[in-house]
Amino acid sequence: MLAATETADIIRRVSEVLIDELKLEDVSPESFDPDIDLVDEVGIDSMDLATVALVLQDEYGIRIDEDDYPKLTTVRFIAEYIHNKRP
Amino acid sequence: MKTVSSLLNPEWHARYKRIAKLNIRSSIYDVTNKCNLRCKGCFFFSSDEHKVASEENDIHKWEHFIDKEKQRGVNLAILIGGEPTLYLDRVEAFYRQLPTFCATNGLIKVPRDRFPGMMVGISLWGDEADEKVLRGKDTFRISSRNYQGDPHTYYLYTITPKQIGKIERIIKKIKDVGLKVHMQLLSNDEGVDGFSWTPEELEAVCKEMDDVLDRYPETVVSCKYYHQVITTGMMLGREFGWQECPSVTKPMDHRDPQPKRLIEFIRWASDLNTMHRCCTSETRDCSTCKDGAAHMSWVMVNKRAHMRSSRDLQNWIEVYEMFAKLYQFIPW
Ligand code: SF4
Ligand code: SF4
Repeated sequence: MLAATETADIIRRVSEVLIDELKLEDVSPESFDPDIDLVDEVGIDSMDLATVALVLQDEYGIRIDEDDYPKLTTVRFIAEYIHNKRP
Repeated sequence: MKTVSSLLNPEWHARYKRIAKLNIRSSIYDVTNKCNLRCKGCFFFSSDEHKVASEENDIHKWEHFIDKEKQRGVNLAILIGGEPTLYLDRVEAFYRQLPTFCATNGLIKVPRDRFPGMMVGISLWGDEADEKVLRGKDTFRISSRNYQGDPHTYYLYTITPKQIGKIERIIKKIKDVGLKVHMQLLSNDEGVDGFSWTPEELEAVCKEMDDVLDRYPETVVSCKYYHQVITTGMMLGREFGWQECPSVTKPMDHRDPQPKRLIEFIRWASDLNTMHRCCTSETRDCSTCKDGAAHMSWVMVNKRAHMRSSRDLQNWIEVYEMFAKLYQFIPW
């Protein structure tokens, strides 16, 4: 588990990047459900995920391995992944 | 925010989930520069693609190359040519390593003891008369004998303007030999007289394709949205063409802005080094391109754009399912 504030920060930022990069409408980083399934519900595909990963990689100084994409199914999972990989 | 479940009932949502995580990454390989036919309008020969690279003859180099392709993330090898069945050792090298689709004119039978589950797509360019004009012989007579009843084979029927009003007869012939069929449209690269599409003909062929799909749902692997997109060149108010095409070889893709495209897609020449611009002819005019796979992929890579309404998303699902069936990611 992540420390509460850190979790909230990363989750918020991941939501923001998703919304900006994929131009998602009618949703804000605050209202984005961190546990919603990104593929089954939001409808993102691996190219979308690659676009988002590129931004997050730069921002957090980590490498998001393509083989790990299938695990990154929610904003919360992405945030935990970033947390665990961060130097 | 529109979600998938807000747009789909449980039945459609289940269909969506079956395909949404498939993550298909195809590339296309020219297995050889040679063919046992010389069809008029064949993009490979008409644009001299058979001359751009001399083919690799060392099978170990093919094996090594396929290893590298696998590492690059390719999970579907689409083999074209020339005629791939002239070099079954190369086809086998792919088949051992990757899910493989082999396009063929059907004159040589792929031995099923060596390739038990490989999907085979047999090209067909119309009825007996059209086939004789365009290909020099009635290939159906031979290919249907070779593949009758084969569960891993379908006809890839390229419809020409001359086929309007005659499509059903062809579908019946295919049904009678126990095979399935997928339809696409001829792009008349060589400008053969009478084989270019007019807007009226495109409208007529769309209706006819819809009609045979309704009447022969067990034989025809297709969907109406695909017919609409391929005959109008339009999707959600956008026009197909170079700026939209997803089937451009990645390292040669310098478009700006970049459209949504097939991840890691490359079409390789048979020297295993040279790349072609896209999935079809290098010299083809994108504004009149009717390439079926490119149109299908265009829909497939634009999933979220189809989340405007239930009908749009259902259309997307039907196109994706069609592709997944044609390449054996899901059953027929
Ligand atoms: S059979 Fe296929 S590769 Fe051979 S000439 Fe005809 S279209 Fe071209
Ligand atoms: S010719 Fe067709 S497939 Fe090739 S880049 Fe142009 S539109 Fe795409």
